[in-house]
Amino acid sequence: MSARAVPPIAAAAPGAVVPGTLADPLLSIRRLTKHFPVRTGLFGRATGQVRAVDGVSLDVGHAETLGIVGESGCGKTTLGRTILRLIEPTEGDIRFDGVDVLSLQGKAMRAMRRKMQIIFQDPFSSLNPRMTIGATVREGLTVHRIAEGAAADQRVRQLLEEVGLRGEYATKYPHEFSGGQRQRVGIARALAVEPKFIVCDEPVSALDVSVQAQVINLLRDLQRDRGLAYLFIAHDLSVVEHMANRVAVMYLGRIVEFASAEALYKEPLMPYTQALLSAVPVPDPVTKRQRIVLAGDVPSPANPPSGCVFHPRCHHPARDAACMRIVPPLEEKAPGHWVACIKQPPTSVSWDAQRQAGATSEPARHLPVVQPAS
Amino acid sequence: MTMPSRPAAGEPLLRVHDLRTYFHVGGAVARAVDGVSFDIRAGETVGMVGESGCGKSVTALSLLRLVDPPGRIESGSRIEFEGRDLLALDEEGIRQIRGNRIAMVFQEPMTALNPVFTIGDQVAEVARVHSNASRKAAWERAIEMLNLVGIPDPRDRAKSYPHQLSGGMRQRVLIAMALVMNPSLLIADEPTTALDVTIQAQILELIGDLQQRLGLAVLLITHDLGVVAEVTSRVLVMYGGQIVERAPVRELFRDPRHPYTRGLLEAMPRLGRQRDRLAVIPGTVPPPTRWPSGCRFRDRCPFAWHRCVDEAPPEYPVAAEHSARCHLVDDPSRMKVASAAGHS
Repeated sequence: MSARAVPPIAAAAPGAVVPGTLADPLLSIRRLTKHFPVRTGLFGRATGQVRAVDGVSLDVGHAETLGIVGESGCGKTTLGRTILRLIEPTEGDIRFDGVDVLSLQGKAMRAMRRKMQIIFQDPFSSLNPRMTIGATVREGLTVHRIAEGAAADQRVRQLLEEVGLRGEYATKYPHEFSGGQRQRVGIARALAVEPKFIVCDEPVSALDVSVQAQVINLLRDLQRDRGLAYLFIAHDLSVVEHMANRVAVMYLGRIVEFASAEALYKEPLMPYTQALLSAVPVPDPVTKRQRIVLAGDVPSPANPPSGCVFHPRCHHPARDAACMRIVPPLEEKAPGHWVACIKQPPTSVSWDAQRQAGATSEPARHLPVVQPAS
Repeated sequence: MTMPSRPAAGEPLLRVHDLRTYFHVGGAVARAVDGVSFDIRAGETVGMVGESGCGKSVTALSLLRLVDPPGRIESGSRIEFEGRDLLALDEEGIRQIRGNRIAMVFQEPMTALNPVFTIGDQVAEVARVHSNASRKAAWERAIEMLNLVGIPDPRDRAKSYPHQLSGGMRQRVLIAMALVMNPSLLIADEPTTALDVTIQAQILELIGDLQQRLGLAVLLITHDLGVVAEVTSRVLVMYGGQIVERAPVRELFRDPRHPYTRGLLEAMPRLGRQRDRLAVIPGTVPPPTRWPSGCRFRDRCPFAWHRCVDEAPPEYPVAAEHSARCHLVDDPSRMKVASAAGHS
C-alpha cells in the first residue's frame, strides 16, 4: 500500500498516558522500557533490538491484584522481572512506596528486595534440589537478618503451615514433593521476608486443575490476611479474571487495553482482547460462542508492525490504511477503561487526521464477543 | 468376556479391553493403566481427560505399543483395531499400523521435529518410508499435506527448518506428518497445551475440519475440560489408571456422576464467574505404586464411606453410554448423608 512510503504518525510517546492512575499507589512505573540487543556475526555486534517492554506505565495499589495478560512474547514476564530489577530496564522510572527503585545501589537495593518478591511458574526448576525446603525458606530470613537459630526454625515451620504444608516437611528435599506442594514452598519462601508486593509469574500454569484451585485460593487468602499486592502475570484469562481487580492486556511490549476486571471481561474493546477472550475454550458443550480466530502468529518484537502493532491480525471491520500508519494512543474510552484503538470511538485521533493517513472507514463501535449466560 | 476376532461392519474401529500397563521398578509395581476398556467408532472424536499421573498418556502409548521397559502391557489386555489384534502382531506388523493406520501427535512441537532437516523433507520422509513412494512423489505429497493443514505458501515453506516456524506452525507440520498415510485414527496427546490460546483455537479448528473432511476418528487426550467441551462427542474421565466416568459430552457436563468429575468441573475458574472462591479437590493424586484399596479416589472424596474402602466400585451404568465408577450411583442416599454432615 502507498501508505508505507509515509512515516508513521505517533500520537504520543509510548507510556506517556498512564491508565488508571492512583492517588496513593504502592508501585508506580512510568515509561518502563526494556530493549534487548540482537547480536549477530563473529563479533556479536548489535544489529537490532527486541523491544520486549516498550514504554509501559501503570500503578499498582496497596493490597490490590493487577493482572497482566497476553500471549508468549508479549513482554509480560520481562515486565515483572524489570520491576524487581532482576533485569535492568533500558529506560523508565519505578517508584515503590515512594522510593525511586532505580537509584538504589547495593545494600539499599537488597533492603528493597525484602518488600518485593516473586513466585515463579515452574515449581520444578525454581527450587534448589540440593537444599531442604526448610533451608530454602530460611535463606531469606537469614540474609535479611529477620530471625536466626531456633527462632528461624520456628518461623520456617509457621510459614510452611501457613501455606498448607506440615512443619516437619522442613527437612525434606524438593523431589519428595508434588508440583502443587513445591509451588506452596515457593510461596512460603516469598512470604518469609514479609513483602508488601509479590510478582506472581504464571504461578499456577504448570499445575493440574484440582491443585491449581488450591493454590489460587491460598494466594487469595494470603492477600486478605496480609494485605499483599500482586502483579499477577498469566496467559490463562479465566485465572486472571478470578484473581485480579484490574487488568492490563499486553501485546508486543505495550499495554493495549486496561480496565477493571469486570469491565474488561464484560465488554472488551480492543479487538485483540476480544479475540483472546473468544478463543478461551468454554467448558460448556451446549453454549456455542462466536469465536474470532486470528490469522497468523504474534509478529516478532524485533520487527514490530508499523502503526497499530495489532493491525496485521485485526478483525475490526473499520480497519484500514490509517491503522498501518497511526500509532494508536492509549485512550480512556469509558470511565476507567483504556484502549489503544483509533477505530473504537471515542478517539482523539480526528477523522481528518485518519483520512490524511489513508483511512477509508470511519470509527464504529465493534463488540463481537458475547459472554455466555451463566 | 470373549470378543470376536474380526468385527463386522458397523463395529468399532478400535476396541480396548481390560488394558493394563504396569511398570515394574525394583520390587514395586506401578499400575499406570489398570483395566481400561473403551471403543472408538470410525469418524468420531473421543476425549480422554484427567490430570498428571492418571494414566492417559500411557494409555495412548500402549495403543501403539510404544511403552518401553520397565513398562509392560500385561497379559489379558486386548487391543483390537480394524479387526486385528494389535498385541499379537510382530514388530513389522505393528510398524505397519503406526503411521499408516493410527497416527499420533504429541504435545511438544519443538522436540518432535528434527532440527537439521527441512519440514518438507521430514513430511516427505514419512511418505517414502511407509509407501516406497519416489523422491519426487513423496515431495509432492508433502506439499499437498502442508497445504491441507493450512501452511501458507507450502511450496516455499517446505524448505524451512523447524526453528524458522512458530509453535503453531510446527504443530501444523506434525499434524501433516501424522496424516500423510491417511490413517483412520489420530491420537492427539495434549496437542495444544504448549500453545497460546489464539493459536490453540486455530489448531482445534484445524483438527475438527480435517476430521470432517477425512472421516478421521480422533482420540483427544487433554487436561482441559474446555477443549473437551468444544471438540469431542464422547468423554472418558481417567483417575488412578482407570476410567472413572464415561458419557456423551453434553451428558457429562449436565449430569456428572463421579465426585472426581464434579470436582474437576467446579475447580475450574471460568470466564464470567468471577470472585467466588474456587471449589477444591483436597490432596493430590496418589502414586501409581500405592493406589488406595477400594475406590482409588476415596481419600479425596467428600462422600466416601466404609463401602468405598472395602469394595472397589465397578462401572455402574447411569444412562445410555453413561457410566460412573462410584458407589453413589448404586446408593444415592449416601449423597444426602454426606451433605447433612456438612459436606457439599
